[in-house]
Amino acid sequence: MNHFLTKFDRKYLPVTITIILFFGAFLAASMKFTGFGTAQVFFNMLIDNSFIIISGVGLTFVLISGNIDLSMGAMIAFISMVAAALTENLHLNPLVAIPLVLVLGTAIGAGMGTIITYFNVPSFIATLAGMFLTRGLCYLISIEAVNIQNPFFLTVSLFQIPMPGNSFISINVIVMVLMVLLGVFLAHFTRFGRNVYAIGGNEQSALLMGLPVKRTKVLVFTFNGFCSAVAGVIYAFYMLSGYGNNANGFELDIISSAVIGGTPLIGGGGYVIGTVFGVLIQGIIQNIIAFDGTLNSWWTRIVIGLLTLFFIVMQRALTRTKRTSG
Amino acid sequence: MGRIKILWKNLNASGLMWTFVALFLMLLVNLIINPQFFSMQIKDGHLYGSLVDILNNGAPLMIVAVGMTLVIATGGTDLSVGPIIAITGAIATTLIGTQKGITNTPMPLVILISLSVATGFGLWNGLLISRIGVAPIVATLILMVAGRGVAQMITGGRIMRIFYTPYFFFGSQGAWIIPFSLVIVAIVYLLAWIFLRRTAFGLFLEAIGVNANSSRFSGIGAKNVILIAYVISGLCAGIAGILVSSNMQSADGNNAGMYYELDAIASVALGGTALSGGRFSLAGSFLGALMLQSLTTSIYSLGVPPQYVLVVKAIVVLIVSLLQSESFRMTIKTRILSWKGSAS
Repeated sequence: MNHFLTKFDRKYLPVTITIILFFGAFLAASMKFTGFGTAQVFFNMLIDNSFIIISGVGLTFVLISGNIDLSMGAMIAFISMVAAALTENLHLNPLVAIPLVLVLGTAIGAGMGTIITYFNVPSFIATLAGMFLTRGLCYLISIEAVNIQNPFFLTVSLFQIPMPGNSFISINVIVMVLMVLLGVFLAHFTRFGRNVYAIGGNEQSALLMGLPVKRTKVLVFTFNGFCSAVAGVIYAFYMLSGYGNNANGFELDIISSAVIGGTPLIGGGGYVIGTVFGVLIQGIIQNIIAFDGTLNSWWTRIVIGLLTLFFIVMQRALTRTKRTSG
Repeated sequence: MGRIKILWKNLNASGLMWTFVALFLMLLVNLIINPQFFSMQIKDGHLYGSLVDILNNGAPLMIVAVGMTLVIATGGTDLSVGPIIAITGAIATTLIGTQKGITNTPMPLVILISLSVATGFGLWNGLLISRIGVAPIVATLILMVAGRGVAQMITGGRIMRIFYTPYFFFGSQGAWIIPFSLVIVAIVYLLAWIFLRRTAFGLFLEAIGVNANSSRFSGIGAKNVILIAYVISGLCAGIAGILVSSNMQSADGNNAGMYYELDAIASVALGGTALSGGRFSLAGSFLGALMLQSLTTSIYSLGVPPQYVLVVKAIVVLIVSLLQSESFRMTIKTRILSWKGSAS
């Protein structure tokens, strides 16, 4: 029993701490600020961060496989820009435009995955090039923002689904929940998911075990591209415009969310649900700063940096004890 | 024929060849489109010309690339150079103050304090990585996220203008006959070269980059070598921060040093240093930085709309990293051979 507990603790401790920290912070803020502890504040956090969480699902897989992606922010901007340009400038039906941009994003992800896997280009450099490329393509489409006035986009964007406690969520949140469920399903209930964990743990061993390492790696980046594309569409619904300068620095927010959520950047471990709470912790910090009113927005960055540090040092300490005990 | 083959092999082995070829092609394209590209003239005792522009605007990147080369040689990365550039500029500006023509702090002290802070951030990165054992990309990511916040806090979220003219000496083009920034670049590269190639330190770096464990067993103080690499990277970013704020005549917590980490890493990669660590080339990083900067300047001077810069940069980085990839070259080679075979 004792053995089981220690085993459980090590594996799930970072995620558990993140989740406890989130609810603890929510509770503390609810007591301090009037009007904080309502369902709507919580749902707003989901609405405002739905695209970050969706992209984070894909990134979690990339990190588990031992790689990194720096192109998410640029991809989100690019996909929302293409979606805006297709519906506004070319007057394409959104029901045609949205599948098109999803295929486009997935293809870019697959392309980066192919370059990384088959030509041994470090994922860092390949996705860096992808970031420059997609950001640059945004400006080629239009330097100025493209506003979306398409009725379909407006309807979806403004649609409110009533929730208990006199609150509501948007369609974006539904899509986000579906994507998170898809991520959890892929990670823990499919052969693909197990292969990703194995490759991240030790690529050589995975290869010797006869796992399809190359195919899995390409698939990881393809799935990540798909997630970024979905996030881009959701972002277009959220912002109702496409602009090359949008979503700047999102890649950092997403990566630090994953780290706060307990995913080690060396690969082999991590949970999609951890990333979700990593994003929500950043959301709650922003909300606390907004409710407080006296703190400046740059404190968000500093606090997030410190939190990331805390979680990394904790992970480090955990792996050390594991090594000495084993 | 045999001699050419050997020369080809040597160039290929040094990893610099593709950088050279790319730089050469780029300058050639510039020359064809704009025959005046290489012309320089002296006006009022200052040297003017496109090449001087490239060198002056590229100076901060070239200096950051030195620190980045050391860090990458150990098998790490430093993502925090951009925010360190912003913080250094912000601190220097705060020390100088915003009064016209007056500085609140003596100039040498301004430089000393700002560079010390930058070195301190490098030390912080180095301690996290070498003593606590945090992965480099994560440790520096923390500072990358938090550092922007710190820079914004110092500048109060605004762009702080500098009105003290002597400070502009470092980064402006017309200080001496050649821009003073180039003198700084030369000094930094010279010192780095002496430190790395005239002492055993460069060898230690490469040993650690190839295999940290075996170099530790052979008696190299890996922890301290890694620590020093990050300290130097912080210092280089600090020098770049002074150049940038001096050139812009302001400190901008939000945007100063934006994308510098990416450009610096790309410069090092373009210069033929493997991102997995090991053998490095200072000259290569210099060429890489020069190439990225001349790419940007060429795009502007060729009249291409500036929005193409990022796309072209992406394509260049992609092509060079593909050419550096052995498996890519092998694929192309077998394709050509099989094509030749089927033709005959």
